Formats: sequence, structure tokens, C-alpha cells
Amino acid sequence: MKNIDSKGHVTGKSLYLDDIPVRQGTLYALPVDSPAAHGRIRVLDLTKAEQSEGIVRIFTHRDIPGENQIGGIIPDEPLLAEDEVHFQGQPVALIVGESEHACRRAREKVRIEIDEKPPITDPREAREKGELIVPPRTFQNGDSESAWDSCEYVFEGRADSNGQEHLYIETQGVYAWPAENGNIKIATSTQGPTAVQRTAAQVLGFGMHNVEVDVIRLGGGFGGKEDQATPWAVMVALAVHHLQKPVKMAMHRMDDMRMTGKRHPYSSDYKIGLDKNLKIVAYEATLHQNAGAAADLSPAVLERSLFHANNSYFIPNMKVTAYSCRTNLPPNTAFRGFGGPQGMFVIESAIAYAAYEIGVPKHRIQEQNLLKDGDEFHYGQIADQCQAVPAWTEAVESFRLNDLQEEVECFNRKYKLRKKGLAMQPVCFGISFTKTQMNNARALVHIYHDGTVGVSTGAVEMGQGVNTKLLQVAAYTLGIAPSRIRIDTTNTSRVANTSPTAASAGADLNGKALEKACIKLKQRLCEVAADQLGTDPKGITIENERIQVNGTPAELIWEQVVHEAFMNRVSLSEKAHYATPVIHFDKEKEKGHPFAYHVYGTAILMVTVDCLRGTYEFDSVKIVHDCGNSLSPMVDNGQIEGGLVQGMGWMTMEELDYDEQGRLRSNALSTYKIPDIYSVPKSVEVKHLETDGHELAIRKSKAVGEPPLMYGLGAYFAILDAVRAFNPNTTLRFDAPFTHEKVLMALYEGKEVEVKEEAAGSILNESSG
Amino acid sequence: MVEFILNDQTVRTRKPASMTLLDFIRYEQHLSGTKIGCREGDCGACTVLIGKLNDERIHYESMTSCITPLGNAAGKHVVTIEGLNMVELTPVQQAMVDSGGTQCGFCTVGFVVSLSGYCLTAEHPTKEGAISAIDGNICRCTGYKSIENAAGDIAGQLSKKSQKEQTGWLIKKGFLPEYFSGIPKRLQKLRSYEIPENGQVMIGGGTDLYVQKHDELLDTEEVSLVFDKPDWNSIHREGSEIVLGAATTATDLMESEIMQQIFPDLHRHLKLVSSTQIRNMGTVAGNFVNASPIGDLTAFFIALNSTIVLTSPGGHQRQMLLKDLYKDYKELNTKPGEHLTQIRFPVPDDQTRFNFEKVSKRTYLDIASVNTAIQIRSAKGKIDDVHLSAGGVGPTPKYLSRTCDFMRDQALTPELLPQAHEIIQSEISPISDVRGSASYKRTLLRQLFYAHFAELYPEIFEDEIPA
Ligand SMILES: Cc1cc2nc3c(=O)[nH]c(=O)nc-3n(C[C@H](O)[C@H](O)[C@H](O)COP(=O)(O)OP(=O)(O)OC[C@H]3O[C@@H](n4cnc5c(N)ncnc54)[C@H](O)[C@@H]3O)c2cc1C
Ligand code: FES
Ligand code: FES
Repeated sequence: MKNIDSKGHVTGKSLYLDDIPVRQGTLYALPVDSPAAHGRIRVLDLTKAEQSEGIVRIFTHRDIPGENQIGGIIPDEPLLAEDEVHFQGQPVALIVGESEHACRRAREKVRIEIDEKPPITDPREAREKGELIVPPRTFQNGDSESAWDSCEYVFEGRADSNGQEHLYIETQGVYAWPAENGNIKIATSTQGPTAVQRTAAQVLGFGMHNVEVDVIRLGGGFGGKEDQATPWAVMVALAVHHLQKPVKMAMHRMDDMRMTGKRHPYSSDYKIGLDKNLKIVAYEATLHQNAGAAADLSPAVLERSLFHANNSYFIPNMKVTAYSCRTNLPPNTAFRGFGGPQGMFVIESAIAYAAYEIGVPKHRIQEQNLLKDGDEFHYGQIADQCQAVPAWTEAVESFRLNDLQEEVECFNRKYKLRKKGLAMQPVCFGISFTKTQMNNARALVHIYHDGTVGVSTGAVEMGQGVNTKLLQVAAYTLGIAPSRIRIDTTNTSRVANTSPTAASAGADLNGKALEKACIKLKQRLCEVAADQLGTDPKGITIENERIQVNGTPAELIWEQVVHEAFMNRVSLSEKAHYATPVIHFDKEKEKGHPFAYHVYGTAILMVTVDCLRGTYEFDSVKIVHDCGNSLSPMVDNGQIEGGLVQGMGWMTMEELDYDEQGRLRSNALSTYKIPDIYSVPKSVEVKHLETDGHELAIRKSKAVGEPPLMYGLGAYFAILDAVRAFNPNTTLRFDAPFTHEKVLMALYEGKEVEVKEEAAGSILNESSG
Repeated sequence: MVEFILNDQTVRTRKPASMTLLDFIRYEQHLSGTKIGCREGDCGACTVLIGKLNDERIHYESMTSCITPLGNAAGKHVVTIEGLNMVELTPVQQAMVDSGGTQCGFCTVGFVVSLSGYCLTAEHPTKEGAISAIDGNICRCTGYKSIENAAGDIAGQLSKKSQKEQTGWLIKKGFLPEYFSGIPKRLQKLRSYEIPENGQVMIGGGTDLYVQKHDELLDTEEVSLVFDKPDWNSIHREGSEIVLGAATTATDLMESEIMQQIFPDLHRHLKLVSSTQIRNMGTVAGNFVNASPIGDLTAFFIALNSTIVLTSPGGHQRQMLLKDLYKDYKELNTKPGEHLTQIRFPVPDDQTRFNFEKVSKRTYLDIASVNTAIQIRSAKGKIDDVHLSAGGVGPTPKYLSRTCDFMRDQALTPELLPQAHEIIQSEISPISDVRGSASYKRTLLRQLFYAHFAELYPEIFEDEIPA
């Protein structure tokens, strides 16, 4: 089935936050943010701004009736700064005026003076200074310390991966208005409606029942609207509360980029030991997560880095410690993969380093160590229905790895100034929120008495196609045509206490709840039908909108049964609750069974590097992916291709650049580049691995949102492979992204034009050529 | 008063000409299909088509409405997604649906509009051409492969397009609503519109101004719009010179037969400059006057040894070599009120070769880390004349005069390059910034300098580039 929203999208009729028709008297809001990354606010002079044309009022922390606190996991983040500021872009005040333009002009007139303190931007420095968000955590199995002696090879090194801007094309936005009796309705672009509701209530000193949050759809989220959508919604709610007027905020791109957190940069050290057969015997790593100035979701992200520190490999002796380091960047947050990719980059770097040093292709080591059924993960879960080897083998065979290698070698022999590189990238990703209690969802289904159906769940549609899958689940379970069913907005008054739509789990959790509700309704209708037909309900089913008795179509259709039920005062509404069974995790021991199941796959990436100019193009990416029994191959392939390209962007051109003062230099689309149509691989082939799927996946169709992003890791190693073909002596650095700059400097290491003194500008020292 | 046709509706408005077309469409006309992703011309979500009447026919181009002054729509046909929608999906819309080319949908309208523009203009439709038409549209969800497929599908359908009766064919096949056929006549009647010309701030395409000074411009009622000034975008030959009007766009250059004849690689080179939408808008004069040290057209025309014509408010004209226009960072050698009216450069002879190189973080739709252009005349293995420019390596666009002096009259051999390169290094002063470290920019310019020779004289340099 195609994405059910696609017609609305191609005609421009789909509604996003900024498209909601404005109510009369609507005001506009604009945050005032800290220009410095760290310091004390000495002066905040709003007088001129308040007198600026069209300004209604400017709010500060003093106007907060409840708690000035928005931290979700840890209460460490004020909505509006009081006297200290901890990152550039930290909201300090909120201007409300008659137009967005009036607010922007007024913002230029705000005088804010800050006694600056030295900011920390490097997580290692933060750790040294004891600036930790939470105590470090260690996951381990076996005994790595005593294993080193038995290793044939032992290597140590460092791996860094930079952050990543979400760059949802729709920026953060919210529109709120007063309801009766001081209540507030908030329409917003968030992955976590309940988080917005809870936080708004807390800041306003309300009960959650006073706040209704409604989400139509998002123009992209990728994790960036999980916790980071909350402050804007709450600020606007604060303005509505005081002014009792509708207030709207649709952020400008540069404000959004400056003020919101991103994927966490990580800086890590690793040590890896292998035996002579290239089996990984032991692996140790220390991860430094750059959390930014407040916790946000960092502790949860950190946990997933630990879970996925082994990627797809079985490692008998492992010890990984992770530090969540407080720095003066905006609070970093969820981003597709949620720390998993950062943890995997380290093990992939360690393997690459070992391979180059030993002198074997990287994929030989990868292949030797793939997980198999019965292997125990370092967190205690046993690999079950493990597809690591099948996916790898299928990729090698159906995409003819040997031929690809041969092609690369021939090419590299033939051309001096162009080199090709190849990388294999297996992926293993656990599905479930790692915080067990979050793995639950609810659905509310109404069958209207004309036979049409309205469905509400806690899932937020953001392009991932969750509504399409939910529609399929409802249609299939009820036995009716999809055209009868509408998936309603996500609304806290219809479905409460929801987990955010995240962790790739939206379709599984909400789909299972929906399936349960539909089964209950269907059973009820079957009883009505049995009554009408005078038969035993046991033999009754509904298929293709018709009642079947023991498999034979009866003279009774869906609409008739629904009508009959309605006339007989049978309830046509149902809600259901689903909580993932089996999963558990003991944080004391750091062991348990945290994931419902794992998703596996393997990609082969090929790149060509222009060794004269230091640029590159990806020739192809070939993927074997384990979708289980895909509900919607088109939706799933879209997730695979989109995730791949997003991951490749992170590894190649997307370079977050904070200067030493903690100010974001890559603060617009002109300076932060995400892949365009010409920078994606010339060909992308996706093959689904034939498997049965997992019973904990919705209709055995496995979760697909996050795992494919990690195929992008291979981009780094493919480029490195090509660079080494040109300059075998270049230092092995694992410092993503591999930008054009880093490529050129690696190609010509030792031959670059060095600048001795930047200020002097023209003094140079060129080693040769 | 600004007057134009928006979709099927003639609009007359007293809104300031400096207002962005996007704000007018979304917030005055309440057409919310056109989206906002950046307000900087960099994402394409706000793309609209703007059709201008040339004789009897309308020529449509895609533009990013977020940085288009409302005044630049005067007398034209502006098409948003609402103006393309019909009861049935158009083949472009259907192809996007069928290929799975839309996920969150926020970018989708921009793609549909750009591709519809391609349908209106493509003379020899190909998949590459259709993809090229969406090179200014960014999507964060799909990874583009599905959109590429949609582009291929559309190109296939267009191959049957009648060249004579283009609009009629497109209407018949459901690409366009019926009302398009009546637009030329309606535009002809729309003669009363006026374009403000006497304001303080001169705006060409607006692609630099609206990015730098968006808020100020909205408060500037008095502007001078030169984008559509008659004769300001003609390209012609006068004796041994090519003469360009100041408002010539990069697209005008690419489509000019005169330019194509002189520069066989023109398309490949200019493709490296911004995107289709921005090339349809940004003018040559805007690029020069903006004085960005990494202006691509500036580097391009400096190496052609171009002269600019400056005109004072009183109408007095003077000429200056383009390379002499720049004093210091964003400081020009012009007098108050002077503006640029023409660009002239000598037609190169058969012995002359030209190359342009640019490397940025992202190869397309990105500002250069370093760019450089070179024009060399050589005969019998000797360099007769050479002009070399470089951008991103100092506070202004650079003409590397000492390097050129050194190379003139030298033998064109591989040994020359490292020597010339040493002089280059003494002429430049790059700084470290978001586009790269100083060391990178120096190294990169060396490589691009070598690349000029690898491109222009493969017979001499192919395997001899110093590595
Ligand atoms: C998304 C995007 C990508 C871009 N990519 C590139 C790129 O790859 N390479 C590149 O070089 N540039 C790029 N640019 C910059 C810009 O498009 C070009 O510099 C363009 O040529 C500017 O022309 P304009 O007519 O739009 O200038 P405007 O914005 O209209 O004007 C720029 C300046 O020139 C002045 N001006 C305009 N016309 C005249 C005149 N006739 N006489 C005197 N002064 C005049 C204006 O007053 C203003 O100060 C990009 C811009 C955007 C938005
Ligand atoms: S809004 Fe991004 S190009 Fe106009
Ligand atoms: S579909 Fe979401 S940005 Fe393109």
C-alpha cells in the first residue's frame, strides 16, 4: 500500500502546523536567546523592545506561574534562563507581538549583556572537570582484562563522530489558543504530545487535564521533535495563559538551528584484541558523549550507545564505559538511531584499524565475527532468530562481492588520480524503548453507525508512514476496505499518557493496541451477525466487508451488521492497551532482555574519490535488509533509502561547526549541507531478506525507522579505503564526517600547504610539490 | 501597485514591492500549499513558477518565492501548486505518488512545481534533464531515489510532447489546467503595471539581498527593481566583444547560443553555481556588486578579462576592469549612486582555452570553499597570454596578477606548474572559516590550479600532475 497521505502531499493540501487557518486576533511569538554560550546575565534590558511597534508583551522567567523547569529525564533545564546561561541559543525571553516581523524588529532592540565564562565544548574536557550529567555506566561480559594476553593482535585508538542537525524541512512550530475556564489547546509539531502536555501543565501550575495537545502531522522529525519540540510549545502556552489570545510561533530556520539540540557528538577510545583467525577476543571502549548543557534525552541515548557497542558482532569479552558529559552546546537529543550509530562507529573504526594494521580486508574481520543464534549479547539477551549471517551471505552472493572487489582493483590499477573504495556495513539494531516502562500504547476505535471508522492512537505521523500501517492493520483486522477508515490526529484528550513516537516502535506498539481494539469490536459484531443469521458466533468472520459463515459468504454485509449493532445498543467503540511482553532490564546488573527483537541487514557501498580535487561520488549502495514480513514494501523501502542517505550525510558532508566560544558557525542551510539529489549514490538497490518476521512485530512486519541509518556508516570506511588506495601511508583517522576537506588533506598528508601562523596569513611552508 | 496573475486570478495589490512573494502568497492570499523551509533560497520548498511573456509565448521559470520581491512578479504569471491542481492528479503528481517520492510531504510541493516547470520548458526531455530541474529542491526524508524514478517516468511521458503546440499538448494530457491557454492574452492586456525604479536600494534577483537583509527590506518601501529592465538581460556580440546586460542571469548565460559556442563546457561549469531556481533569479551584476570573495560568476568573468560599465545617477558612463572593482572585503571602487549596467569581454580566439573549477562541501548547490577560473592562450607549446582568478582565498575575489605575469611567455610544461604555484601562494591570504581551514584552502587552490591544466591540456599533463 502507498503512503495514504501522498495525494494530499502532492497537491499541497496536507495540513502542517503553519497551515492551520489563523483565528482572529492571533499574536505571534519569538524567543530571545543568549548570544553567549556560558555566563551570567548582567543586563537584560527590554525597554526599547517593548516600545517597538506592534509589540504586546515580553515574557521572562518571572512570568512563570508554575515551575520554570522543562527537563524530562532530569529536572535540569529552565524554560527561560534566570541568571545563568549555559549555551548560545538558550531562551531568555519571549516576545509577543502583532506580527512575526514586528517581533523580529523588536528582538534587535533587546539589550543583553553577559559576563562571559569560558565555555566547554569538548566532552573530554567536561569529563576531566567532573561535568557529568549522570554517573558513568559500564556494560560488560566475559573478562576483557585477562583476555588481552591470549590475543594475537591488540590495537588501541580513538574514534570521533560529530553531531548532526536534524534538518526536518518543517521547522519547529506551535499554535495555541485559550479554551474555556482557563484551559489551553495546543496544536504543535511534536513527536511527544504527552511530554508537551505534562511540561506545559508543570510550567503553568496546571493539571494535565487543563491542557489539550493535538498533532496533525510533522514535516519531518527524526528525533528532533521528541523533546526539543517541548520548550516552544510551552512558551507559547505561557503567553496564551497570560494574554488569553491565540499565539503562534513558526520558527525561522536560523533560530531553529541555533537554539535546538542535535545528534550527540561522541569522542571515544577503543582497544581491540583478535586471535590469529581474526576472531575478536576482547573489546574495550570509553565513550564520551557530548550532551550539551542539559540532560534532555542524553542518558537514554547513552544507554543505547552501550547496547549497540558491538553492532552485529559477537564479542566474548567486552567492557564499554560511557560518560554523558555536560558542555555548553544546546542540549543534544534524540536523532534516528539514538546513540546506536555513535556506539557502532567506534567498533567499526576499531575493526578498520585492525584490518589495515594486519593487512586484511576489513570485511574479513567483520564476517568472522557476525552474531549467531544463541550468542549472548553483552547485556544478557540471547540472540534469537538472528539474521546477521543470512543477511551478510545474501549480500555477498546476490550482489557478487567478488566481482565488485575485482572492479575496484582494476579501476585502481588503471587510474592514477581516481580511486575506488568499497565497504561492507552490517547492522544490528534492537527494537523497543530501552526504558522498559515506555513500551506501551493505546488505541481508540469508533465505528460510526454508517459503517465508517475513526482511529486514534498515540502515534504521530511524520513521514515514516505509521498512519498507512495503522490503516492497514485496522482494515485487515476488521475485514473492511481501507477507504472506510480515517486515522485521526494524535490528541491527548483521545489517547492519553502516550510514549513519544520514537525508537522505531510507533507502528509496533500502536499497531498492536489497535489490533487488539479491532479484534474486540469484530468479535462483538460477529456476535451480532450470528444473532441475525441464527448461527454460532464461532464460525463467523468478516472478510471483504462481508460476513462469512464457516468460510462461506453470507447475505449480510458490514454496513448491515454495524447498523444492527447500533439499533441494538451494542457499543461500537473500543479502546485497547498494549504493553510489550517479555522485555525487562535490570539497571543494577546492566543485564536483561531489553528488546522485543532485533533488526538485521548488510550493505555494500562503493565510492569513487577524485584524488586531484579531494571530492567523491558514491557509485552504488546495495542492501539486504530484514523487514520481516513487510506490511508495506513501498513505505519500508522509503525508510531504508531515506535512512541510508541520512546516515551517509552524517558520515560525509554534514559538518556541525561550533567555534571555541560555543557559537554555531554552521547555522543555516548555506553552511550546513545535507545531501542533495546529486550527492546520493548513483544507484541504490534494496533486497528484502526472506524471513518470517517476528511475532512481536506488528503483523510480523519488523520496525524499519532507525536501523537503515546505520548502513551510512559504511560511507566513511569506503572513502577511507579509496584514500588509502591513493596514499597508503596516510594516517588512519576515524573522525567523521569525512568531508571534502579531510579527504584532500588525507590524500596529500605531508604534502599539504601548511599555514604556520594563521594571523600572518601568507607565511607558508610546503613540504613539496 | 503591483499587478500580476496568480494562478487563474488577476491580483492587484498595494503591498510593498519589497515584500517577499512567499509571504504574499501564503499570508495575504492564504494559499498554503507553498511551504517554507529556510527563507534563504536553499531548500526549494517555496518554489513557484514565474512566466514572463516574450512576444506571444510565455517562458516559465522556477524561482524560490522566499527571496523573490513581490515587485519581480509584476506583469507576469505566478503559478503555485493550487494553480496546477485539478480533479485528477497531474502526471507529475501521479508519478510522485507511484514512485513513493513523498514521505513527510513538506518538500513535495516544491518538487512537483519544479518538475511541472520542466514539463513546460523541456525541449528534449530526458531523465537527467528532469533531475536537473529539481537540483534546488532538498528532501530530508526520501533519499531521492524514488524522486529520481518519478523524474524518469515524467521524462518518458514528455518524450511524446508536441514541440509546436506545447501548452495545448500539456493541457490535453492533463499536465496543466485549461486556463493556461488563456494566460498569454491576459498578460498582454495587463499592461498597466509599473515597476518601481527610483528607490534607494537596487534589487536584481534578490538572491543575495533577501538572504542578508530580509528584515530591513520588508521595511524598505522604496526600492529600485532592475530584474526586468528592458535590455538589461540581453547577450550579444559587438565587434570583437561580447556584451551582457547587467541583469543577465546564470540561466540566460547557460541558454545563450553565443555563450555556448564560445564555452563548450559552459553547462558543466555553471551547473556548479547555486541551483536551477537561483540561476533563474540571480543576476551577473548582483554577483559582482555583492562582492563576495567566493562569487562564482565573479571568478568566471575576471578570468575572461571582463570590463564593466558603470552608470552614474546622472547617466554618465565609465568603464573599469572587473578585477579592479574590489577594494577590500565587500568594499568597491565605485562612486555613490553608480550602478552596473553592462559587462563586456573580448571574444577568445581558437588558441584560447578556458576552465572553471570549484570545490565546496557539497558539490552542487553550495558556496565554494575555493573557486578558480583560467583563460590561457597558447601556441606552439608557449603561453601567450593567461588570466587566472581565485575566490575564497582572500577578502575579495582575486585576480592572480603576479602569477599571470610569471606564466606569460613561458613554455607550457609540467615543470612550470609547481613554480607558478609558489607565486600563487604568495598572492593569497585565506582565513579559516566554516568553509575550510586556511591550510585546506591553500592546498585546494594548488590542486584546482593543477586541475585546470589536467582539463585543458590532457595531452601534456595527464599523468604529470604533481601528486
Ligand atoms: C541558495 C543560494 C545559493 C547561491 N549559490 C551561489 C553560488 O553557488 N555561487 C555564487 O556565486 N553565488 C551564489 N549565490 C549568491 C547569489 O545568488 C548570486 O550572487 C547572484 O548572482 C546575486 O544576484 P542577484 O541579482 O540576486 O543580487 P541581488 O540580491 O538582487 O543584489 C545583490 C547586490 O547587488 C546590488 N545590485 C544588483 N544589481 C545591481 C546593479 N545592476 N548595479 C549595482 N548594484 C546592483 C544590490 O543592491 C545588492 O547590493 C547563492 C544564493 C542563494 C540564495
Ligand atoms: S523556503 Fe527554502 S528556498 Fe524558499
Ligand atoms: S518528504 Fe520529507 S522532506 Fe521530502
